[in-house]
Amino acid sequence: MLSHSKTPIWRPALVSMGLFTALLGAAYPLAVTGVANAAFPAQAGGSLVRDDAGKVVGSALIGQAFAKPEYFHGRPSAAGNGYDAGASSGSNMGPLNDKLIEREKTEAASLRAENRDAAIPADAVTTSASGLDPDISPANARFQAPRVAQARGVPEKAVLATIEQHVDQPLLGFIGQPRVNVLMLNRALDARFPPNSHNKGG
Amino acid sequence: MNWQGWAEIALTLSLAVAVGWPLGVFMSRVWNGERTFLDPIMRPVEALFYTACGIDPKKSQSWHAYALALLAFNLVGFVITYAVLRLQGVLPMNPQGFPGLSGHLSFNTAISFVTNTNWQSYAGETTMSTFSQMIVLTVQNFVSAATGATVAAALARAFVANRGEGVGNFWADLTRTTLYVLLPLSFVVAVLLVALGVPQALSAGVTAHTLEGADQKISLYAVASQEAIKMLGINGGGIFNANSAHPFENPTPLTNLITAVSINTLGWAAFFAFGRMVLAKKDVRALVMAAFVLLFAGAAGVYATETQPAPAQVAARVDTTVNMEGKEVRFGAPATAAWVAATTGASNGSVNGMHSSLMPLGGGIAMFLMQLGEILPGGIGSGIAVMVVMALLSVFVAGLMVGRTPEYLGKKIEAREIQFSILAVVIIPLSMLGFSAIAAVLPEALKGLMHSGPHGLSEILYAYVSGTANNGSAFAGLTANAPWWDVTLGVAMACGRFLPIVAVLAIAGALVAKPKLAPTAGAMPTDGGLFVGLLIGVILILGGLQFFPAMALGPIVEHFQVLGAVQALR
Repeated sequence: MLSHSKTPIWRPALVSMGLFTALLGAAYPLAVTGVANAAFPAQAGGSLVRDDAGKVVGSALIGQAFAKPEYFHGRPSAAGNGYDAGASSGSNMGPLNDKLIEREKTEAASLRAENRDAAIPADAVTTSASGLDPDISPANARFQAPRVAQARGVPEKAVLATIEQHVDQPLLGFIGQPRVNVLMLNRALDARFPPNSHNKGG
Repeated sequence: MNWQGWAEIALTLSLAVAVGWPLGVFMSRVWNGERTFLDPIMRPVEALFYTACGIDPKKSQSWHAYALALLAFNLVGFVITYAVLRLQGVLPMNPQGFPGLSGHLSFNTAISFVTNTNWQSYAGETTMSTFSQMIVLTVQNFVSAATGATVAAALARAFVANRGEGVGNFWADLTRTTLYVLLPLSFVVAVLLVALGVPQALSAGVTAHTLEGADQKISLYAVASQEAIKMLGINGGGIFNANSAHPFENPTPLTNLITAVSINTLGWAAFFAFGRMVLAKKDVRALVMAAFVLLFAGAAGVYATETQPAPAQVAARVDTTVNMEGKEVRFGAPATAAWVAATTGASNGSVNGMHSSLMPLGGGIAMFLMQLGEILPGGIGSGIAVMVVMALLSVFVAGLMVGRTPEYLGKKIEAREIQFSILAVVIIPLSMLGFSAIAAVLPEALKGLMHSGPHGLSEILYAYVSGTANNGSAFAGLTANAPWWDVTLGVAMACGRFLPIVAVLAIAGALVAKPKLAPTAGAMPTDGGLFVGLLIGVILILGGLQFFPAMALGPIVEHFQVLGAVQALR
């Protein structure tokens, strides 16, 4: 049996932890930050979206709260008071949770009031895992099209066409799900049908 | 369910094996101290480590010395992490001005990151400063993963040796795994993730003025650099509360595929590295086969449960093809199902959908894969190590049936190896079920639950299963940041980590001294379909059967409640 009594233990434990901290805790993230900001500054900075004046209106990756009828609405959110990008969270409710069942029934009832004709997609009444889901399903977007078209005073066909331009398809046809980025879709609508033309009475 | 979904699941899980194979060849070269293409960069750094630490990397240690070095290194990591978290408030790089963490939360978090569990009783973006994330948490992500890897390297040497003495040098294994495998790979994956949208910023964030005129504070961090090692190191502790469901950690289906593959690939690589070192590629292929069958079955099971009608969606009369509560639109059922299996089969614990909102059997499968002992493929090295323990128990069972002294990979398996094998696997149910039983009747513990009834029991069981298995995922309805939960989960994580590690190193110590036997016709073949079947049987009996009563009161009874509720609501 080899002896272990003479082998030092604490010196290598302390010294290596110090070196690892310098290398992995400081040098590594700083090196990645350096490369990232040189090569991919937009992504590294959070994929921020700016208006014409250069002011940040959001991140292309982070959902934001929409309630006005002329905008497409994202999914219900459990992050803070809804789309709080400093407090991501799902509801964590189990499938038989009474509050979950009541909440989805209430959401569905209000959706049914705005569009009686179409089936309600599941993502329209459920909260996402992050509470910051930037996307809705294409079916959810189409479901909301009549309301948006009416509120903006534009033909529904024009709104539907804008949706189709913003559908992201699965990679290679099977990786991920088809989806529509709500912020990008709403910005496109604002650009195409500027807000001052809204028919607020709609 | 559709073909696209099955294709996505199959691709995600099998790509990890395919990538793991060449990485495993490379890993075995690193463990053997052979030359690699990274030598020009890393040799000088490695030499600096050895000089500064005052150790001779070529000096092989006894299993005692190896284990003591491992424990000392981890103790130092624990103390430093605890201290930094307690003192966070007075340390630099804290733009949000977060205060220091409480004693129990620091205790829990320090053990959690040192043991490669990365259970998080806290929400990252409202608790942790950039300094804490980088200087202690990111560092532990690396070195806890490397610690697990050293165990496999030592065990492999024990099988190779012919009447040998040492099992290798812990400091060399630790340093080489970190410098040659984890660091370069993480750097590449981190930069790739930034290119695909994951932020990497040192500022606290920005305030956006939304289209509807509200202010939205957007938290930013050095996300990509931690995300890469969080996956590759099979850690799982996210920067953000929502973990890999957060669009900043995992913005697209492609980042989801890359990170999901990263979860398992180094675990598989350790399998292949072990096989190459022991010159037992076929035997290890059998181990991979057994693990992959169970892993794929788990993913398929979750895909099936998540496409059953969810009661709330039935009640609301909306589309019921997918249970969308707690899922992201860009991932849907298949990418979430593949992730659930990948993260619980490996000891990762990151999530891209909320496990608490899975259908009851979906959440049950997540628990079940962890109960098997984190071997599908488990942590880097720790997975293959426990898998070998399962193989030892399998040949022992077979030996009992035919009345011969069992052999595995050229070593006689005798009483001492089996005693330590049992020790390694018995701690798992003891901690998981023991703590759960106490918590289920303790008012102090029950205060933290979000649900009552079967789902509440599942919250308890999931927490101790996840902690003991060093997984770190959760039924996150549980409010775990309270003294009872923080302390007991900390103890469960430490037991589930270090007792099996010491037991495996003891097995290595026993095996290394034995003569290496030439294969004989009388020994049971351990590379064929028969052995794969036997091994799967042993894994399922050890991991599954003893948990069945507890599972019956949690996910299984809840499943029947869901069926009843759906029928009543229709």
